[in-house]
Amino acid sequence: MNTFEAVRVVAAREIRVKLRDKTFLFSTVFFLLFSVGATLLPVLLGGGPPSVAVVGTAPAALGAAELDVRTVADEATARAQVRDGDVDAALLGDGTVVALTDAPSDLVNALSTRPTVELLDPSALDDTLMVLVPMFFALIFFFVSLMFGLQIAQSVTEEKQTRVVEILAAAVPVRVLLAGKVLAGAVLAMGQIALIAVVALAGMRVAGPADGGLLTLLGPAIGWFLPFFLVGFVMLAALWAAVGALVDRQEDLSGASMPVQMIVLLPFFGVAMFSGDPAVMKVLSYIPFTAPTAMPVRLFQGDAAGWEPVVSLVLLAVTALGVLLVGARLYEGSLLRSNGRISMASAWRDREARRLADLDAESA
Amino acid sequence: MTTVLRLNAVSRRFGDRQVLDDVSFDVTAGRMTGFVGANGAGKTTSMRIIMGVLAPDAGEVTWAGARMTREVRRKIGYMPEERGLYPKMSVRDQLIYLGRLHGLGHDAVRRNAEELIEWLSLGERAGDPLEKLSLGNQQRAQIAAALIHEPDILVLDEPFSGLDPIAVDTVVEVLRDRTKRGVPVLFSSHQLDVVERLCDDLVIIAAGRIRAAGARGQLRAEHTLPRYTLTVDGDAGWLRDHPGVRLLDLDGAHAVFELTPSADEQQVLQAALSRGPVRAFGPVTPSLAEIFREVSQ
Repeated sequence: MNTFEAVRVVAAREIRVKLRDKTFLFSTVFFLLFSVGATLLPVLLGGGPPSVAVVGTAPAALGAAELDVRTVADEATARAQVRDGDVDAALLGDGTVVALTDAPSDLVNALSTRPTVELLDPSALDDTLMVLVPMFFALIFFFVSLMFGLQIAQSVTEEKQTRVVEILAAAVPVRVLLAGKVLAGAVLAMGQIALIAVVALAGMRVAGPADGGLLTLLGPAIGWFLPFFLVGFVMLAALWAAVGALVDRQEDLSGASMPVQMIVLLPFFGVAMFSGDPAVMKVLSYIPFTAPTAMPVRLFQGDAAGWEPVVSLVLLAVTALGVLLVGARLYEGSLLRSNGRISMASAWRDREARRLADLDAESA
Repeated sequence: MTTVLRLNAVSRRFGDRQVLDDVSFDVTAGRMTGFVGANGAGKTTSMRIIMGVLAPDAGEVTWAGARMTREVRRKIGYMPEERGLYPKMSVRDQLIYLGRLHGLGHDAVRRNAEELIEWLSLGERAGDPLEKLSLGNQQRAQIAAALIHEPDILVLDEPFSGLDPIAVDTVVEVLRDRTKRGVPVLFSSHQLDVVERLCDDLVIIAAGRIRAAGARGQLRAEHTLPRYTLTVDGDAGWLRDHPGVRLLDLDGAHAVFELTPSADEQQVLQAALSRGPVRAFGPVTPSLAEIFREVSQ
């Protein structure tokens, strides 16, 4: 059996165990519902009759068209209400329709003559969306990579705690175990992300043509999010395995995994807090740990040039390789030691795995 | 040439502690080799070095004359001292997984798993998670895990510790069966009576050094003096002054003693007869525990 087959056997077990795990199935369903809700809810809530601020007397036709008619004193008030989002549109005394991004078709159709339409800010996206979409990306990256990362760590600790690792390590090199776990985690996490992406995109399509503009912006952002997520996840996967190998009891795992949890948590806060600040976001979109979230957000906001995600992704991939090697060394340096909790420094210094590999190479 | 698993001048230290010091011994095909020593003497470290989960500082492990490779090692059936399998996986699934990891093909591994499950009477519970099984059945599953890949060599660290009597019999049966098929078997134990009952060869380790290694009978001859028991009618205390006799135990008319090589047991018998009737006289086989005590000093 060659190394690749061995990795596949390890990964297949991890995936099979996860697919039977109720927590995993529950979280998948939860995220799907969350995605469906996040895409459909604004449309559903935004439903109901469009509201119109009318200056002067409202034409009888508006009432008949089931519009929410509100009479206002003058033109300035009407414009202000449109700008603030209090009403969907305004009908001025001269028959002009004022709206923010597009005029409600119900209103236009209800008028006997086709009105002049004045759009206050035709290019603007909904402010709420500008906040919600970055949050959505940040949340998905945070939750999915935390969840699957912790599962890698738990599965390593379980093997140490039950001592089965001794049998495994006698059968295959520990690097094979690590590679199998990283592969399985990446497959499962990517599967979940892809499922969420498909559901979110389908949801937006269902949500209707009114959000057509959103789809054209969000589509590429989601498209880029997938490779960014994959590389970002793999980057940390070996570190998750390493913290799992530092302890031999599940109870000690939360403490040992704190540094890696921070590496996932801080980017989440960073992007959530600074999504409105293009300068900060630009920096964040190139830092490998925040790039998987920050770059798709910038693409969504229309702030990133076409070459930017490519450069950032390459930067991320190079860093990922380095972090993987660090994680692998820590993992190998701690997996087969069973004297309680092992410090990262001593796992880093441990050269047992190196010596065994050298022996293998010599005798092969 | 018989296939031999050999440790050749293996040394290993952990920090300042020399755990193994120039350890050499053979495990010969078709023979059961008992590995005995006090806790911390170096048994587990030796076995972990054989299994390639620990590297020797010096020396090497060879199989059939060549340095042990990962391919050969994959054909070893290993039972680590601290045992365990996946608690939430079924017995069948973990046997199949471990068999696959050891390089067995899909069909072969399924066939072996079913055979072992039947042989160890785990049939009804083979689909249940391991943690739901009784302790005895979990121990059987562990035995099956060491055998799933039809090992060419068996290395078992304390295979009897913590086993219920039925499981002990099962393990004994396994060891005998594999030895008969020409598999070299190395097992460690601190239960000297079990080792005495089973092993053909013996390796005694103390404080990281091999104190004695070889066939059991030969070790006995080398490390203990010929030993006799004598029962007379009167008091046997006169033996104390008989030339060449070292009294080990005296209880009135009954005595156990050793004889120096120069002394003749027939002379002792005649001396006894000259004093009165002799009710019993004969050689005594020293127990393994005594050999162990003797060489560990």
